[in-house]
Amino acid sequence: MNFRFRSYYIYAAVILIGLVYILRLLEIQVLDDKYALIAEKISLRKQTIYPQRGLILDRNKKLMVYNEPVYDLMLSVPIKLKDIDTSEFCRLVEIERPEFDKRLEKAKKTAYHGKAIFMKNVSNIIFARLQERLYEYKGFFFEIRQDRNYKYNSSSHVLGYLGEITRNDLESQEESYYEQGDFMGKNGIEKFYEEYLRGVKGESYFYVDKFGVNKGVYKEGKLDVIPKDGRNLYLSLDIDLQQYGEGLLDNKMGSIVALDPKTGEILALISSPFFDPANFNIQNRSKHYADALMDPTKPMFNRAVSAPYPPGSTFKPIMALIGLQDGAIYPETHFGCPGYYRLGGRIIKCHGHTFNTSLERSIASSCNTYYCNTFKAMMQSDKYANTEAAYNSWRNYLVSFGLGQELGVDVSGEFKGWLKDASFYDRMHGKGSWNYSRIISLSFGQGELGMTPIQMANIAAIIANRGYYYTPHVVHRIEGINEIPEKYRVKHRTMISPTTFDPVIRGMLLVNESGTAAGASIKGINIAGKTGTVQNPHGKNHAAYMAFAPAENPRIAIAVIVEEAGYGATWAAPIANLMIEHYLKPDSVEVSSRSYLETRLREANLIPEKFIRKSDSTSNAD
Amino acid sequence: MQTKLHIDIIATFLFLCIATLGISSVYSATSEFGVFSLFEGRSGKQMLFLGIAIFIGLIFLLLNSNFFELFSWPIYGSVMLLLVAVLFVGSDINGARSWIKIGSFSLQPAEFAKYGTAFAVSTLISTIGFSFSKKSDVLKLVIVILLPMALIVLQGDTGSALVFASFILVFYREGLSPMLLVFGICIIAIFVLTLIYGSLIFSAGMIILLGVVFAFTYTNKKMLLPSILIVVLTILLSLSVQFLFDNVLQDHQKKRIQVTLNLIDDNQGAGYNVNQSKIAIGSGGWGGKGFLNGSHTKGDFIPEQTTDFIFCTIGEEGGWLLSSGTIILFVLLILRLYHMANRAKKKYKRVFIFSLASILFFHLTINVGMTIGIMPVIGIPLPFISYGGSSILSFTVFMFTALKMDASRDEDLTSEF
Repeated sequence: MNFRFRSYYIYAAVILIGLVYILRLLEIQVLDDKYALIAEKISLRKQTIYPQRGLILDRNKKLMVYNEPVYDLMLSVPIKLKDIDTSEFCRLVEIERPEFDKRLEKAKKTAYHGKAIFMKNVSNIIFARLQERLYEYKGFFFEIRQDRNYKYNSSSHVLGYLGEITRNDLESQEESYYEQGDFMGKNGIEKFYEEYLRGVKGESYFYVDKFGVNKGVYKEGKLDVIPKDGRNLYLSLDIDLQQYGEGLLDNKMGSIVALDPKTGEILALISSPFFDPANFNIQNRSKHYADALMDPTKPMFNRAVSAPYPPGSTFKPIMALIGLQDGAIYPETHFGCPGYYRLGGRIIKCHGHTFNTSLERSIASSCNTYYCNTFKAMMQSDKYANTEAAYNSWRNYLVSFGLGQELGVDVSGEFKGWLKDASFYDRMHGKGSWNYSRIISLSFGQGELGMTPIQMANIAAIIANRGYYYTPHVVHRIEGINEIPEKYRVKHRTMISPTTFDPVIRGMLLVNESGTAAGASIKGINIAGKTGTVQNPHGKNHAAYMAFAPAENPRIAIAVIVEEAGYGATWAAPIANLMIEHYLKPDSVEVSSRSYLETRLREANLIPEKFIRKSDSTSNAD
Repeated sequence: MQTKLHIDIIATFLFLCIATLGISSVYSATSEFGVFSLFEGRSGKQMLFLGIAIFIGLIFLLLNSNFFELFSWPIYGSVMLLLVAVLFVGSDINGARSWIKIGSFSLQPAEFAKYGTAFAVSTLISTIGFSFSKKSDVLKLVIVILLPMALIVLQGDTGSALVFASFILVFYREGLSPMLLVFGICIIAIFVLTLIYGSLIFSAGMIILLGVVFAFTYTNKKMLLPSILIVVLTILLSLSVQFLFDNVLQDHQKKRIQVTLNLIDDNQGAGYNVNQSKIAIGSGGWGGKGFLNGSHTKGDFIPEQTTDFIFCTIGEEGGWLLSSGTIILFVLLILRLYHMANRAKKKYKRVFIFSLASILFFHLTINVGMTIGIMPVIGIPLPFISYGGSSILSFTVFMFTALKMDASRDEDLTSEF
């Protein structure tokens, strides 16, 4: 029997199988692109290349902030650890076995974009040790990012710090630039100028094998993006002046703000006590954050822009300017002062000075009576229908000085201060049933009035400029960009006309010549200033002082507050005048003409007992 | 008597194409962007084995055409001895004791067993008076095939043992009742359906089917009893399949079958190879990623990618054009071999060449089928392409033996059927 025909069935079967397989291949290779996508996901990796963050320098191009690499030990996903000597690995990264397992579990849960963090912020030593043996631990790799480090233990409140992006930041970002784990400016300059400082991240694509080991670039690097380094930022700070001021405020609670009145540039911005910025970089923050937060002297609180103080007597030049401008007084106006101001049955004390007080003398000797009278004259002026209208007018003058509002400085934590609406007194006393006598203490800077040191310094600048100011700012120049932000180039005019300032400035000069700050005067520099001693219901008085110099061509305007120190003339005025001297006479850096004052101030410890922690002796040691 | 050799050019050409593809694929799967040359590493060894095999093949071409017929039994016998020997002196690799170490070379007797068995089968079937209706003849055939199968299963290499099922095609061609094939297909159907739906649902389905068939043919009472009998047998078989599956098969075997039938998704476990293999092939697209550019191949994601899963490299780097081209090459070679078998004048040669074609067909179906996820993972190589000295040697020698038999067909005067 011939079975040859059966061969044909087998031929058919061979052809059928061939066709089925070719069609199946067509399906998975051509029609279904699922596999191509999965293959890319498995074997293609995107590595982010972090750019150099812009450096931060002071106005004299002195480097303040630079970059330091941090190494994150990463795991390639899917995590397949094969033939790994775990105990040796643990020894290299200085952890115990249970810790290793815990981190591995966590990494498995937190994987994203084909990678997971195994250990953050690995030290240089561990990095160096592990890097050369990394090939033995397939699946592990390092990601290098830039942390900050600092040339000076200074200016932390201005500089701010970096931090890892939060979930909120991630979700609210507009252009989806950041990824989980990225660093960004969280505070201070780092935050305000983040966009310029950060640069643009780069990307490189490459293939990996099943252990996550790099197996070559993807498409000859066509998709790769070269990172762009961030722009360097020049601050208006003078780091010498800043550090000098920080030294003067050592062991004191308070603040110094110095401005260049012509530009609004901040020359020094000090809030004491402060923290070492190096303790607040990414690597060290966790070790110091809680400690700084618990410190009763609040080193993280930026007093210079956040703390409102009643201005006390430093307010008197402003009151004088308003009185003159509003017609309540004239430059020639004298008031008699018996050493007190009588208000019905109440007496407001004044200091011992000559009876017949002129405008200039009232500033020089800080006469309360003069300003009570001025204030009363304004509040009761026929110009105004009632006290409320007069108060609103007075308030408007202050608003034009930048009070009761945020100035818009590029320093974090700005507070608008206290400046009440008339409605506040309506609620307190009943509408229409309050008059000047209820609010008379405003006339000499007490009561419901609060200025931040930067507002006070800004007022010194306004007086120096005879009526205008630029919003204070610490940005001096952004590399590669011609101009600083527009809002720092706009001249703000006050409601006081330039000529009105003359008698007030004369009075402020007298303060240093023969007035309250005569003991702190600096030879050869005409300093116009005003002391203040701010009543503090919680403890000793705050010492306050504002000034500008040289009077004939002002180059620096300054405000100083020393909390619970006592007289402004004793503590605040000498600090400010030394700062002025230091800034205007750079040659005297080594030897101040008032070296005795300098030493006395540096060595004084004015931190009230109540703020000193028992553990301070130990924490100061490091 | 000297007659000119008529070596089949088409088959030789197809073989050389496939073997060349094999070397380049092995090179691509092992080399990392030209870290070593074609002549080093596995591709170098592959070339060496191919060269040795072709050299042996050329010697075969010079032999007397009756040599193989005369030495059929000694060849079969010596291969069986090797299969026994490996059980005692073999070394374990991947859980199977299938290799005899000779210096740096590991010989895998199972690969040569197919070749040897083809001789024995050809001799038996071409014996004058052989018939599938004679029980003694069938018994001899069964013994000749079951012996190597059993020895190979004892080594722990079930995959290679299954290859001997390809002889059923030879028997069918030579007169075995097709009922056996139909029966085999039915058993596979019952097996698959039972595993997919479970034996209870399967049984219920069979009973309903019986009812439906009976409702339409109720006048034909003669069919009733045999029908019921068939259904009962089917159900019993289904139940035993379920029992076998649940109680006899090992876990990894069960999982492989379940993954193939899409019953479970186990991409990290039993299905890992197949999943990665599908991804590699599937990512090739139309024209592939280019020679030496397969990211999945380079990434070492696919286990056994130079041996059992070599087709992934072809699919990934050559795309659909090369992978279907490879299949077409194989299909043409197999068809050509069947054609050569059918033109042989001697039954002995016909059976032998037919055996080679059927074994290649089986290997192609299983090997490519598993890489594209439509056959269970059975670890057998893709002939002439997969890396492996024994596989290359045995298939090439097998091929040249068939070429020699075909080439000397003019010497055979008789034409038997």
